[in-house]
Amino acid sequence: MSQPQPTDWRRIAADGIWNNNVVLGQALALCPLLAVTATATNGLGLGLASTLVMTLSGVLVALVRSLVTAEVRIPVFILVIAVLVTLVDLAMNAWLHDLHKVLGLFIPLIVTNCAILGRAESFASRNPVLPSAFDGLMMGIGFTLVLVALGAVREIIGSATLFADASLLLGESMAFLELTLIPDYPGFLLAILPPGGFLALGFMLAGKRLIDTRRARIRARGATAAPV
Amino acid sequence: MNTLAEPSYRSRVGYQAGLLGGFALLAAALLVMGDIATRDTIALREAEDLKATLTQVIPAELHDNDLLEATVPLVDDTGRTVTVYRALRGGAVSALAFPVVGKGYAGEIRLMLGVDPEGRILGVRVIAHSETPGLGDKIELAKDDWILDFDGRALGAPPAARWAVAKDGGDFDQFSGATITPRAVVRAVRAGLERFAAERSRLIVAPDRLDTAEE
Repeated sequence: MSQPQPTDWRRIAADGIWNNNVVLGQALALCPLLAVTATATNGLGLGLASTLVMTLSGVLVALVRSLVTAEVRIPVFILVIAVLVTLVDLAMNAWLHDLHKVLGLFIPLIVTNCAILGRAESFASRNPVLPSAFDGLMMGIGFTLVLVALGAVREIIGSATLFADASLLLGESMAFLELTLIPDYPGFLLAILPPGGFLALGFMLAGKRLIDTRRARIRARGATAAPV
Repeated sequence: MNTLAEPSYRSRVGYQAGLLGGFALLAAALLVMGDIATRDTIALREAEDLKATLTQVIPAELHDNDLLEATVPLVDDTGRTVTVYRALRGGAVSALAFPVVGKGYAGEIRLMLGVDPEGRILGVRVIAHSETPGLGDKIELAKDDWILDFDGRALGAPPAARWAVAKDGGDFDQFSGATITPRAVVRAVRAGLERFAAERSRLIVAPDRLDTAEE
C-alpha cells in the first residue's frame, strides 16, 4: 500500500516533540514518568537514557524489519529492546559508573516503557534505518522535555528547588543549574508524592489540548478568511 | 502489515519458529558476551563503592590494611550471612564494619555500621533505601545530618530502654511526618550492636598476619 515517499523530516520532528508526543499525544510511558519526576534532574536522567535506547532500538528494528513476519514481530521486538537495554545497563555500570549510580535506577524501567515498543511497532517496522533513528531521537527529545517540565513543576512546588543534584548527573560544571528558589521553604509534600504527579500531568495534558484547539480555530478562521 | 505479495516460505510455521528461535539465540549470545566483557570491570567498581562506604564508617587513621581483605562472616538475626570488614592497625583489630538491614516504610533499608572493638559506634551510613523522598530520605547524610547522631553511642549509652526514637520514649529524633523510617534505622543499628556484642570475642581476634609488612 505504501509507495516509497520522500521522508518528511520536519513532520517526524514535529510529531515527536509536540503533535504525537509520547506523553502528551500518545499517553504512553506514564508509569516511569510519574515514578521519577519528583525532581527535574531525575526527569532529565530518565529522558536521556530513554532517548538513547529509543534511537538505537529504532535502528535495530528497522534493520531486521524485512526479515520479521507480522506474526512474530512483537516478541522479536521485545527481545531486541530488552537486549539493548541490558547491554546499555552493563556498559554504563562498567565504564560510566558514577553516571550509572544516578541513572541506574531508571535503566531497567526503560524495558517497561511501552513507548519504545510502540515506536518500534508503529514507525521503525515500516521505515528505513535513518528515518527510524531520527524518529526515535525526536520521540526521545519530546519525552525528555515533558519529563523535565513535569519534574521542574513538581520540584518547584514541592521543595522550591530546581535541578537539585544536577551536578551528580551532568558533572560539576553544570552545578550552576542547581537553584534554591525559596530558602527555608517548608516543602509541599503532595507535589512530590505520586498524586502531585497525576495532578501536574493532568494540567499539562489539558494545556496541550487548549493550545491545540486554539491553533486549530485560528487555522480554520484563517482558511475561511484567506482569499482577500 | 505488508500487503506486498510475501514469499510463501514466510508464512510457514517453520520459518516463524526458526526466526524467533534465531533471535532468542542471538540475544542470549549477545548478553553472554556483554556479561563477559563487563563482569570484571563491574566487580572492580563495586569494590570501589564498598570501600568508599567503608571509609565513611571507619576513619582512615584507624587502619593500615586493605579493608576488603581481613573479613569474617557473621550470621545476622535474620539468618543471613553478612561479611564483617575489619580494620587492622599493627596487627590488632581496631575497628569493624558490617551491613545491617532495617525494615523501613517502603522496603529494606540497608546500612553500613562501623564500630570500634568495644562496640562503640564509629559511624552509620545508608547504603540503599526506598523511603519516601522528602520525608524518610533524611536518613541519608546528603539530605540531613541525623545519621551522625549515632556516632559515639553504644549499647548502654544510652541505656537499652532509650535506644528508640523520641516518640517511643527514646533518645533519637524522628522526622516530622515520618516515624517509621528512623525507628527502623534505630532498631537495625541496635540489633547490629547486640549481634556484635554476642559474637565480639570471635570477631576481634586478629587474623594471623601472613604477608603483611612489619609496622
